[in-house]
Amino acid sequence: MNSPDRRATIPIANAGTQPKDPVFDVFTTKKDEVVGWARKFSLFPYPFVTACCGMEFMSVSSTIYDTDRFGAALPRFTPRQSDLMMVVGTITHKQAPVLKRIYEQMCEPKWVMAFGVCATSGGFYDNYAVVQGIDKLIPVDIYVPGCPPRPEMVIDAIMQLQDRIAREHHVILKGDF
Amino acid sequence: MRDGLVELLDSRLRSRTWLSHGMPVVEIDAARVSEVVRVLRDELGFDMLLDVTAVDWIGQRPRFEVVWHFFATRDCQRLRLKTRVPEDDPEVDSLVSWYGAAAFMERECHDMFGIRFRGNADLRPILLYEGFVGHPLRKDYDKHHEQPLVPYRDAVPAGRQGGQS
Repeated sequence: MNSPDRRATIPIANAGTQPKDPVFDVFTTKKDEVVGWARKFSLFPYPFVTACCGMEFMSVSSTIYDTDRFGAALPRFTPRQSDLMMVVGTITHKQAPVLKRIYEQMCEPKWVMAFGVCATSGGFYDNYAVVQGIDKLIPVDIYVPGCPPRPEMVIDAIMQLQDRIAREHHVILKGDF
Repeated sequence: MRDGLVELLDSRLRSRTWLSHGMPVVEIDAARVSEVVRVLRDELGFDMLLDVTAVDWIGQRPRFEVVWHFFATRDCQRLRLKTRVPEDDPEVDSLVSWYGAAAFMERECHDMFGIRFRGNADLRPILLYEGFVGHPLRKDYDKHHEQPLVPYRDAVPAGRQGGQS
């Protein structure tokens, strides 16, 4: 609430406890800003964990680093309830159809994070068995290299993704509403 | 059992036997695998099969070397058994009827080297997938030759195209 950038902040009144202040009864904003603000703080990650980066995913999502601070803490283990796919680990060619299918099951809007160097580029698995970067299969919004990435890098990636979501044009109504 | 082990194996198995880093190595003809394994298991106490794998000695004839590792739980003794099979007919007897553990390891060896195990009824791919052509651990398989199951997207960043290099 103390951010100097007023456009990024949406003042919301404390409900109930405080006496009514007419200043906070009504506010004006843009649809894209309010929807973007809501969406960026309610990321539901789907952890597609295949390899050792999973340990780092556990580290970044639990107490010390705590992605809950960014509203991205609650992993959903069904793609239909999630909007951020975190591909954590090596994707082999045998696994590629599974990854693609799960991505297709996610509802719009959806974003993809390539977590670790294997998901980003194949990493040092430069061989016949491993997909050389999951962007050959599905569109990727943000890449986090590192083997494994530091938790700070993942948090930075989440924040960058949130900035992008906040700036996006959010189509929420279609047709002749 | 360790004392005179090589001599014992030599006399019982009628094979070439030597010690490699303290571990007895037995080399036999491919036709004698079943006979030798029966003696190893039933008479010498090697009751556990640890590994089935192969080596591709490309350029040599016969080209492939199939390697088994055994362990005798009674004596804490390991043993390596090797045999050569030719490239045009890479086939040896399966050990499934003696060791249940052989089933999956022979499938993997069939995946990776194309060795056929006579008597193993289930040699479907286990680590590879249906439709994979070739045997990737053979030395003449290009390690960059990918066989994707999912068609690649068009929008791939420059310099990342193609599996073959």
